[in-house]
Amino acid sequence: MSKTVSFITKNFGKYDVSSIGSYMECGGFDALKKAITLSGEEIAGIVAAAKIKGRGGAGYDMGRKLAQAKSVIAEKKVVICNADEGEPCTFKDRMLLENDPFNLIESMIITGYTVDAEDGYIYLREEYCHLRPLLLNAIRQAKTYGFLGTNILGKGFNFEIHLYSGAGAYVCGEGTALIESIEGKAGRPRMKPPFIKQCGLYNRPTCVNNVESLSLLSHILLDEDKEYQTYGMGDSIGTKLISVAGNVKHPGVFEIPFGTTVREIVYDLAGGIDGDRPIRLLQFGGASGKIASSKILDTPYTYEDLKRSGVTVGSGAILVIDDRTSLIEFLQSTQEFFSHESCGQCTPCREGNRHMKLFLQKLADGTHTDKDIKSMKKIAKLMAMSSLCGLGETAQSALVSAMNQFEDVFHVKSSEVQE
Amino acid sequence: MEMVNVKINNIPLKIEKGTKILEAAKNINIDIPHLCYHPDQSIKAHCRICTVEVVGSRRLLAACSTEVWEGMEIHTDTKLVRDTQVGILELILATHEQNCLTCSRNQNCDLQKLCSRFNVLNSNLPDVTEHLPIHNTNPSIIRDPAKCVKCGRCIKACKEVQGISALTYAGRSDKIAVTTAYNKPMEETDCILCGQCSVVCPTGAIVEKDDTQKVLDVLQNPKKHVIVQVAPSVRVALGDAFGLPKGTIVTGQMVTALKMLGFDRVFDTNFGADLTIMEEGSELLSRIKNNGTLPMITSCSSGWVNYMEKNYGDYLEHLSSTKSPQQIFGAISKTYYPEQSGIDVNDIVTVSIMPCTAKKFEAARPEHGRNGHQDVDIVLTTRELTKLIKYVGLNFASLPEGQFDSPLGSGTGAAIIFGNTGGVMEAALRTVYEKYTGKELKSVEFQEVRGLEGIRESIIDLGNTKIKVAIAHTIASAKIIMEKIKAGTCDYTFIEIMACPGGCIGGGGQPIKSTTDVKHLRMDALYDIDKNNPLRKSHENPDIIRIYKDFLGEPLSEKSHILLHTEYHKVKKTHDFSYLKTEEISSI
Repeated sequence: MSKTVSFITKNFGKYDVSSIGSYMECGGFDALKKAITLSGEEIAGIVAAAKIKGRGGAGYDMGRKLAQAKSVIAEKKVVICNADEGEPCTFKDRMLLENDPFNLIESMIITGYTVDAEDGYIYLREEYCHLRPLLLNAIRQAKTYGFLGTNILGKGFNFEIHLYSGAGAYVCGEGTALIESIEGKAGRPRMKPPFIKQCGLYNRPTCVNNVESLSLLSHILLDEDKEYQTYGMGDSIGTKLISVAGNVKHPGVFEIPFGTTVREIVYDLAGGIDGDRPIRLLQFGGASGKIASSKILDTPYTYEDLKRSGVTVGSGAILVIDDRTSLIEFLQSTQEFFSHESCGQCTPCREGNRHMKLFLQKLADGTHTDKDIKSMKKIAKLMAMSSLCGLGETAQSALVSAMNQFEDVFHVKSSEVQE
Repeated sequence: MEMVNVKINNIPLKIEKGTKILEAAKNINIDIPHLCYHPDQSIKAHCRICTVEVVGSRRLLAACSTEVWEGMEIHTDTKLVRDTQVGILELILATHEQNCLTCSRNQNCDLQKLCSRFNVLNSNLPDVTEHLPIHNTNPSIIRDPAKCVKCGRCIKACKEVQGISALTYAGRSDKIAVTTAYNKPMEETDCILCGQCSVVCPTGAIVEKDDTQKVLDVLQNPKKHVIVQVAPSVRVALGDAFGLPKGTIVTGQMVTALKMLGFDRVFDTNFGADLTIMEEGSELLSRIKNNGTLPMITSCSSGWVNYMEKNYGDYLEHLSSTKSPQQIFGAISKTYYPEQSGIDVNDIVTVSIMPCTAKKFEAARPEHGRNGHQDVDIVLTTRELTKLIKYVGLNFASLPEGQFDSPLGSGTGAAIIFGNTGGVMEAALRTVYEKYTGKELKSVEFQEVRGLEGIRESIIDLGNTKIKVAIAHTIASAKIIMEKIKAGTCDYTFIEIMACPGGCIGGGGQPIKSTTDVKHLRMDALYDIDKNNPLRKSHENPDIIRIYKDFLGEPLSEKSHILLHTEYHKVKKTHDFSYLKTEEISSI
């Protein structure tokens, strides 16, 4: 396991996750104490210098996000921790929540301080409801110790954290749908603009961050030796929590330095393929991610190299599929997911997914025509270009990348069916 | 006003900051296709058919929701934009019941127009239309889910204009549906049948219940004496469908058309409206004098009455007991009229032309009938009359101007303004003032009760006393007033409430595309008719004077009470929760 590192996971197993005292014994809340000696701009600057990209999937520059949130002038601002880890095959945030809950609470308080927010919300995915008691306990203890509430650490800074559970919809991982859900409405994304950084939860400027992005914050603040900067490759600095699953021998969450090759991840960390079978495909970043063939194995896991190979880091998930599942079966299962999870309000996503599903059935039956393929390419493009939110934009990523990389599978077999 | 410079299809344009791309494009005469966008509603950005290319933007942007910015370069007609728009249209068509030729909205459908515009000839997509049950169990509105494009306009109208939310989205993905709570029939929900949803629907998914065939049947029956009354607001809206400028007064052509359609007598609801004022004005004065329940609230708007019965059942005594003009006319048409004309009441069929879908429900109420028949037999909306006129092939705009028949065809200027929000109030004040003070009202126009603000109020000087009055239109506004009454903080004496925005000129049975701009034109037209009428007070109508002298006696007489007044009933709202598996829920 020497290929993994412990930066964001450094607290794992070091303290009793139900005890704030235990957390403080291993340096807990030192980052907050340091943070309050700095200005919000300075903290945003430190994060920007560490070149942290948001870990939710879009990869937005986190330092920039914090600086923008700080610069918005408003009476009340909100910080949200997006713990609706809904991307299939993605479970790295769960490890952070389970093994280091106090660090998340501390990081949220720092974020609130950085951007002048008075309220923080943790939006926990419904399937993680077993983590509610753990988080509620952490919030309660932090409050007892004066890290939450009014006049925190005598600095005149007030901050509360509210825990909110989702109801199971994938789309609520999308920032605006998440906000609608907290507001008690159906989880359907809002149109943008207005952007949530200006008008989000209860119409307040809102800064939404992923669990992993937030968790990094306190470690970065305390990283005076710049250990984080020693990891990584090229512009992809630092480490990344990834979750590997599918037909691998040892599925799990691993903290890797950027630059580890996909082969090292799949064969060394995840133990290789069940029964040492050949790889059919790999999907990166969850169900909304693109797929690749085993040709990608020697690509270093960095934002840039993956992009060059036609995939993205996304949620940090790597799904490995061996030759027992056909490409079409895999695509059908992915499509089934999106056909179920589309919120249905915008035409391209609602109707596009429906037709994608029908097309894949034709493909499975071998009755597809050239015309069908043309139609599907057109629909895939319009979904990506004109859907209201990211769900519709990325729902056909797997299919489109499959069409590019596994062209033979889409070959029209029978000439009779041609029109 | 901050201006920005943009380019649309390379045409430079200086425009106010904050303008949406779709609106900006109108300035250079480009109509960006749209379905969910409606000028009177908040932006939804659901249909995505208005997508445009903006230089520097990774994806296409929705023109309805995206504001212009300085230096923005917009392209509305690139291949990518066109392919996307046509693609979205094809996706909608694949899920749309395409029985256009037999659809109520044939040739008046936004989706049809877009298909024609983009020359959508065929699509390779399989038909995925779901033939869900049609909701047609109420007398006013029919919903056909197979024609719904899920644009959400009806939901917005019900929520934002009326504050009712009888319609909402349910489900998700391709199972998303516009429906009622628990998919109940409209009449079992909070719906008041106002039909505002049907005016904004871009397709035939929500339409009025079509009763044109019933009318054709009675017109073709030689044994029947078919008479028709036309509501004031119809004559300033009917011309829309015949290519006349919005707000054109077409009273004369309309009367001729009705006669050519074969109606035996063409009468005017204005006669009923003048009678309404006589009764309602007297009722108000009586309530003031005898410490009756105040504020008194008008009850002409049947959607409004439905709302009161469903939501403020304990406050029904505030409603004026005077019937609406339609029903007053109906009662007279089945009593006074046969007496005067010698026609057997069993042969008389009374048809109404109304700007309203709720009037169909009102006419069917059991309390509005006598001796086994209803006072009003068939109600058509303005839209249905349009169809009838087209059906018989009349060149409407060129018809000579006809005259209403006597004796139920006369109306004053006070009656005509019933069609505008504030009109009933103004008409009532013209009569109440003179009855109360015994003096002549010189200036008959009460400007402060006119306009389109949701709630307007005024203080009226009646000589030795002053009364405070208020006017509200839309249920959302009406609710504010009702909550004041509930809280005991309401000091109005008399309130006029109309369910629809703008009053009847914006009714749920009016022509499609009755936008706010159009409503202004119709309002002005009705005020013009009033201005040009030598008689502007209901009590000066000679036919009204005569009917009291010959038939009714006095306002509020026993006969008036029997024929011209009604009562209201608290409607119990029931929601069935039996399908909820409460045991399972509690075990979680």
